[in-house]
Amino acid sequence: MTEATRAEICVTACAEAWRGDGEILAAAMGTCSVLGARLARLTFEPGLLTTDGGALLTAEAIPLGAEAGAIEGGLPFRDHLWLVAAGRRHVMMGASQIDPHGNTNISAIGDWERPKSQLLGARGAPGNTRCNPTSYWIPRHSTRVFVERVDFVSGVGTDRGAFDLRRVVTDLGVFDFAGPGGTLRLVSVHPGVTADQVLAATGFDLPVPGDVPTTRTPTDEELRLLRGFLDPKALRDREVPT
Amino acid sequence: MSTTDKVMSIDEVVGSLESGMTIGIGGWGSRRKPMAFVRAICRSSLTDLRVVSYGGPDVGLLCAYGKVRSVTAPFVTMDSIALEPHFRAARQNGSITFTEYDEGMFMFGLYAAAHRLPFLPTRAGLGSDVMRVNPDLRTVRSPYDDGEELVAMPALNMDVALVHMNRADRRGNARYLGPDPYLDDLFVKAATAASYVSCERLVDTADLLADGHVQSLLISRVHVTGVTETPNGAHFTTCEPDHGRDEAFQREYAKAAADPAAWEAFRRRYLDGDEKAYQEAVR
Repeated sequence: MTEATRAEICVTACAEAWRGDGEILAAAMGTCSVLGARLARLTFEPGLLTTDGGALLTAEAIPLGAEAGAIEGGLPFRDHLWLVAAGRRHVMMGASQIDPHGNTNISAIGDWERPKSQLLGARGAPGNTRCNPTSYWIPRHSTRVFVERVDFVSGVGTDRGAFDLRRVVTDLGVFDFAGPGGTLRLVSVHPGVTADQVLAATGFDLPVPGDVPTTRTPTDEELRLLRGFLDPKALRDREVPT
Repeated sequence: MSTTDKVMSIDEVVGSLESGMTIGIGGWGSRRKPMAFVRAICRSSLTDLRVVSYGGPDVGLLCAYGKVRSVTAPFVTMDSIALEPHFRAARQNGSITFTEYDEGMFMFGLYAAAHRLPFLPTRAGLGSDVMRVNPDLRTVRSPYDDGEELVAMPALNMDVALVHMNRADRRGNARYLGPDPYLDDLFVKAATAASYVSCERLVDTADLLADGHVQSLLISRVHVTGVTETPNGAHFTTCEPDHGRDEAFQREYAKAAADPAAWEAFRRRYLDGDEKAYQEAVR
C-alpha cells in the first residue's frame, strides 16, 4: 500500500470524530467528512447511521455518489431536524469563519445588515450547535477562516451555550476545545506539517503542547476501503490536494 | 365537473395574487420548487412581495426581477451550487430586507402558523446572532419545574402558499413521489388566503394513489384553493422521480447571473415568453 496522502489522513481524522458514538446519525458536509463518516461505519463504529447524501438511510455505507442500494430508512429534512432536537446526531459542518471558542459563521461576511459577501445563511448551525454534538471539517486552514471574531455567530461556541463541540479537523491538523476557558487547542499536526505552520495559518493565539503529537495515518484496511470502495475516483484529492 | 373542480391556469393563479402579499414557497433549496408559478410572477406586474421559503432559485429569480421586498429564510442555496447569485446580489446591494432563522426554528414557525398558534418554543437559535439580527424575537420560560428559557419562535404567517407536487387531482388533493415531502404540507396549512398546488400530472381521483401508500398523499383539498398542471414545472430544480435537477441548466443560470449582459441574454432566451415557450427553450 502506497503512503497515505494528506486527504486520506484528513478522512481518517474526520472518521475519528465519530468514534464511540454508537447508534446515532453521522451527518457530514464536505468530501473528506462524508468519507470519514462512512469509513467509521465500515470499521470501528458499525452502529452509525449514514445517508446516500440525500433523504435515504442506506443499509450499508456506500461509495461517494453511488446509488443508495438497499435502504434501512427514510430521512426527510423534518426527521433530520427531529434528530437534531433529540441530540441523536453528531454533525460535522463546514465554517467560513471560526473563533477561539468555536463560534462559527456561514451566514455573511462583513456587516450583516448589508454584507460584503452574503453566504448561505444560518442554515441549521444555531440548532445543531445548541442541541447535538458538533464537529467541524475545514479543508483550507487559513487566517481568513480562523479569526479572533466571527462577523456573525451562526453556530454557537463554548462561550455561548454550545451543547457539545467535539473537534475541528483541517488540512493541517486536529483541534479540540480543551484549551483555557473552552478555547481551541491543537491536538495533533498531520504528518509533514509543523506547529509553526498551523500557528501562521491561525489568526489568534493557539495553545500548542510542548511535544506536538502527529495525527495517525490510516491503516492498510482503511486505505483499501477508501481507495478501492468508498472513493475510487479520488474526489478527496480535489478537496485536499497533495 | 363538480364544485370541487379547482383546476386553474398559471395566469389565473398569479392573477389572483396581489402586490405586498406574503408568499410562502414550498420545496427546499433547489428541490421541488414551484418554478412555473415563480416564472409567471416574474413576468407579472406584482411587486413588493414578502417571500417565506427554504430558499433556492425561487428566491433568487424573484430577487432578479425586483419582485421582493423581504425574504424570510434559513438559507438560500442551489445545493450543488452552494450560493444563489441573485439573492447574494440583492443582499449585497441592499435592495431587500432579510429575516434569518435557523432551519429548525423555521420549521417550528411553520408548525405554529399551520396550527394557528402565535409561537412554538425551541432551543434552536439561543446564543446565536439570529437573536441579534431579529430584535423582535423573544424568549419564553417553561412554566414547568425545569424553568428552561427557550426561543418563542413566532408563527411564519403567510397569505398564500405555492407548492409543486408530483401528482394531483382536480379537487386539489396532491401526492409526492420522491423521498422527501419537505415542509410543503405545513405551507399549505399555514396560508390564510389561498394555497395553490402545481403538479407534474393531473390524474383522476381514483388513480391518485396508484401503486402507492396513503402517506404519500401529503396535501388534502381542504387546504387547497387551486391546482395547475405544469409538466416539468419544477425545472430546473429536482422533482424526483419525474425528473432530477437539470445541473447543466443550473450552471448556465448561475453563470449568467454573474454578468448583466449574459443575464439579459439568458432572460431573452428562456424567461421572456410564457411557460410553454420556456419549456420549449429548455427542452
